[in-house]
Amino acid sequence: MRKTCIDMVHELAKHDDRVVFVGSDLGVGTLDEMRWELPDRFFMEGVSEANMIGMCAGLATEGHIVYTNTIATFIARRAYEQVCLDVGHADLPVRFICNGGGLVYAPLGPTHEAIDDFALMRAIPNMTIFAAADAEEMREFMPQSLDWPHPIYIRLAKGHDPIVTKELPPFEIGKARPLIEGSDALIITTGITLRVARPALDELRAEGLDVGLLHMPTVKPLDTDAILSRASNSRAVVVVEEHSVIGGLGSAVASLLLEELASPPSFRMIGIPDQFPDIYGSQNDQLSYFGITSERVATEVRSLLRRAAA
Amino acid sequence: MISSARARNASLQQMTQAALKGDVVPSGLEPGPLDQRSKELRKQCVRCLLGGSRGHVGSTFSLIEILRVLYDDVLKYDPANPSWEGRDRFILSKGHGCIALYVLLAEKGFFPDAELDRFCHPDGILGGHPDHVKVPGIEASTGSLGHGLSIGIGRALAGRVRRADWRVFVTLGDGECNEGSIWEGALAAGNHGLENLTVIVDNNKRQSYGSTDEVLDLEPFADKWRAFGFGVHEVDGHDTDALRDAFARLPYEKDRPSTLICHTVKGKGIPEAEGNNKWHHLRAIDEAKAQAMIDAIEAY
Repeated sequence: MRKTCIDMVHELAKHDDRVVFVGSDLGVGTLDEMRWELPDRFFMEGVSEANMIGMCAGLATEGHIVYTNTIATFIARRAYEQVCLDVGHADLPVRFICNGGGLVYAPLGPTHEAIDDFALMRAIPNMTIFAAADAEEMREFMPQSLDWPHPIYIRLAKGHDPIVTKELPPFEIGKARPLIEGSDALIITTGITLRVARPALDELRAEGLDVGLLHMPTVKPLDTDAILSRASNSRAVVVVEEHSVIGGLGSAVASLLLEELASPPSFRMIGIPDQFPDIYGSQNDQLSYFGITSERVATEVRSLLRRAAA
Repeated sequence: MISSARARNASLQQMTQAALKGDVVPSGLEPGPLDQRSKELRKQCVRCLLGGSRGHVGSTFSLIEILRVLYDDVLKYDPANPSWEGRDRFILSKGHGCIALYVLLAEKGFFPDAELDRFCHPDGILGGHPDHVKVPGIEASTGSLGHGLSIGIGRALAGRVRRADWRVFVTLGDGECNEGSIWEGALAAGNHGLENLTVIVDNNKRQSYGSTDEVLDLEPFADKWRAFGFGVHEVDGHDTDALRDAFARLPYEKDRPSTLICHTVKGKGIPEAEGNNKWHHLRAIDEAKAQAMIDAIEAY
């Protein structure tokens, strides 16, 4: 997914001289071809995220479409004020390509785990948030990112993630992607939780429950119509995300349901509880540890439907 | 360690007491006269201060001659077309000095002069920090310190990409140079050899709490900029002839960004305000106070 994203920056730059790339001391060899072919529009800055993002704002003010890349936490946390003011307030076309969304950097501990990036970015007006499920979704997203008139936070997954979006309708920034409709319960996913929830969906439907799944690669702006039109006919809604239960997609959906529906469905968020990750291991180890699993999704849907029926 | 910390605390305590009493701390500059134009610009600033009944006086008044020379003699711009591609880009990174910039921009015709009286009004465009979304001629929204240099670097790089001959000027406060992001930017600008970028430091030797050498010493300041790869020049920031000459000599070194350190007096033009931390930001400015300020400026 990262390779697809980064390679496509070069492709976009070849055909559009507004495109520039700004990296922050990334791994050796990153975008080497672009560096040799388009040296004027390739910048590899040091470990200086505040400066890098201010610089991106300056380049974007002058008419460039800026793709910038480093580790997610260093953009979302360390350089938050530059992201918020220099880019967000100015509403500039800077695309933050953020490595290691969610628990990808599990072995590296809490300094590198982006469990609060949706919350931080959602709080910035003008910001668009995109979390891809796989490289295919990224491939659909990148050309659309070129002329999107706002800044975009792009959350990358681990890489070599299984392709799970082939059955979905075409990707469009700001639009949810329904996998299947169902009238009993609705599962909402973003990023890699599409693949987490998929076995649960199959299992629940095999049990005879009419469960739908709505995948939301765009966390902000929220496709409220897609959610409300389905949630208003469902008895239960479960949002599953690789993010803190505070401030992410689950929070956004919860607010929406409570504010817009007279009789909101039973609701559950599956995410990381309000704590820093306190184990190492792999991304999958931590997903299991925090209960962001297919089994948990199935259990919560069954439990909510029982509660709704009682 | 403990004794040096005690000595430092004692020094800070003395400084605080002096600042609270409104004691004037010498800037190291000989008090120079102001010509009528400099006085008139300061009187226009007082219009803003009265309009908003508040504002940053000290850092506005230290900037006047720097901005006057830039907008009278140095920068290329077109008030009728503020986004004219060929203009020089001026970024006031020390956004709290914005009243001085508003006065120059209004005088040059970027927006109606009457806006000055609506400083900080709910329906005005001029706020306590400059907003480029609202104000024609403002190139970047600043106010949170330490942002403008990096934005200027991005713009200077864009100018280089398109081989443009316009230049980028970024004005910092010396207190602002406490921010780590300034030195990240200095590293990057030096590394890129941005000859089209000039950093101007309004070096008024004081920050909100007290004097810069006691709060967080920046010296040797010029050497720091040189070490980061800049050509450096120093000037009396209230001497308009010296400023014109300093800007005419840009860039100071080939293939390097430039830094012009302007030695200034915080609050210059109102004796009571000069070097007086009580005048860093004033509130409750009424007609009588504004008149007293105008009288002091006129008598300077």
